[in-house]
Amino acid sequence: MLRRQITLKAIKEFIIEKAIYLSGLTSIIIVLLIFIFLAKEGFAIFKTASIKEFLFGEKWYPISTPPKFGILPLILGSFYVTIGAALISVPIGIASAVYIAEVAPPRTKEILKSGIELLAAIPSVVLGFIGMMTLVPFVKKVFHIPTGLTAFSGAVMLAFMAMPTIVSIAEDALNAVPRKYKEAALALGATRWQAIWRVVLRAASSGIMAAVMLGIGRVVGETMAVMMITGNAAKIPHSIFEPVRTLTATIAAEMGETVQGSDHYYALFAIGIVLFFITFIINLIADFALHRRKT
Amino acid sequence: MFKRIVLVVGCVLLAASSGFAKEKFGSVVNGTSGSIQIKGSDTMVNLVQAWAEAFMTKNSEAFVAVTGGGSGTGIAALLNGTCDIAETSRKVTQKEIDLANQKGIKPVEFTVALDGLAVVVHPENLVGKLTINELADIFTGEIKNWKELGGKDLPIVILSREVNSGTHVYFKEHVLRQGDVKHSEEFSDSALLMSSSQAIADEISQNQNAIGYYGMGYISPSQKIVALAQDKNSPYYEPTLENVLSGKYYISRPLLMYTKGQPQGLIKEFIDFALSPAGQQIVRDVDFVPIQK
Repeated sequence: MLRRQITLKAIKEFIIEKAIYLSGLTSIIIVLLIFIFLAKEGFAIFKTASIKEFLFGEKWYPISTPPKFGILPLILGSFYVTIGAALISVPIGIASAVYIAEVAPPRTKEILKSGIELLAAIPSVVLGFIGMMTLVPFVKKVFHIPTGLTAFSGAVMLAFMAMPTIVSIAEDALNAVPRKYKEAALALGATRWQAIWRVVLRAASSGIMAAVMLGIGRVVGETMAVMMITGNAAKIPHSIFEPVRTLTATIAAEMGETVQGSDHYYALFAIGIVLFFITFIINLIADFALHRRKT
Repeated sequence: MFKRIVLVVGCVLLAASSGFAKEKFGSVVNGTSGSIQIKGSDTMVNLVQAWAEAFMTKNSEAFVAVTGGGSGTGIAALLNGTCDIAETSRKVTQKEIDLANQKGIKPVEFTVALDGLAVVVHPENLVGKLTINELADIFTGEIKNWKELGGKDLPIVILSREVNSGTHVYFKEHVLRQGDVKHSEEFSDSALLMSSSQAIADEISQNQNAIGYYGMGYISPSQKIVALAQDKNSPYYEPTLENVLSGKYYISRPLLMYTKGQPQGLIKEFIDFALSPAGQQIVRDVDFVPIQK
């Protein structure tokens, strides 16, 4: 009787262990398959356009004859929007994380936390729509520019989207700092501000770096909202107050039209590869930042 | 744990049912029951939707699904086998015909209505009429300020449709290149590419600097129509029903439908309905121009 129970238990354990192992393996296989598919469809474009023409070409006219597949304006477009969004969301995000983790009384803390989680729950198309109706005319009026559909409007809207990621991960990092660090600083006569700024923030810096990187990763990959409010002009931007076209918006706007197997179709997949590399590098930086603490 | 199991089972069921649905849509339709998938031009979505509703009231067994996305999207979908009829505001290109031949598909074309392309500006814009050359110069970026055309001293903001739009292609070929295939004018790279005609209408009504174009079905009082002329000495015409029918309005075009081979069964009935007097009355109701019979 006892013996049977043991073998049953062992079998059960064995199955569960393998199942978990398989699910871990599956996600890696899926990522690999996605990359292989991307590469297979994307690299075909380099038969018609050289890598240099593709990455540094200044004109994107995919349906003209002959077509021009230069994605430099698109890369710069994504870059402008991302940097703008980071400049807005990182200081505000870290400041609110510090407030929530270190300063706020428990009740305020709960309300703020659920409020920020709610912000993450708003679908990006809704944010885009709100931006189009309110932010775009406002930006046009305030800055006296010909149109409000600019990289700046996109950056402001995306800052809202990156904020929840930054705040919640940065807050976790701050909470992970041992209490005794802060207590020791206070005991040595540091003010509360000095303890937070010089001790807690420094100790949590790697986690905060990871939060920033993951927030930026979210911004780079965002599509719907930027497509609605950045104007989508494939021109090399000279300031953040000009319309831009991002990598993601280009894929989303044009994929439906392409016939499978055409150069345009391959070019869009090649843009996908570029995006994949950008987010991969950002995630890698976040990973390094997180692990630096442990070693 | 239980929740997770429910979730997984739900996902599997959903996947299975969507696969099943696809099978149903792809099946051959006959008689007056079954379903048709129509895809393509954003310009035509409202029109074809109106036809579909009238058609479904007449034939309660039939189901017609209409989606937009752009003319190119429709043709791509027809060739990829994900729709039965492609609605387009431009003719298929030689490249698309070649691709269709490779796949063993012979697209058959039907002209179902006519459309005038309206050029629109903000109601407070002083400019009310343009020649085709001026219009082309605006959209290629040669003319950059309204003051050059007798308007206020404001920079011009060009609004165009995305490249998957038949309207975009038509405008490029017939206004920018004036119908000459040897010309190679392109939209200015500072042109904003908007994802729908409605997005153009919205931006025009709140931006004094903007100029854009859309099918005449979208005309509304919050945008001002620009009258067009062939050259400085010819009369200016607005995109009205009479001017498009008589051919006086310069930028008007046929709206088309493509099927895979000669249509049969329900697909044929739908196209016959669109071309019938009742169908052409609907064309008039949604502000397009009926074809002359």
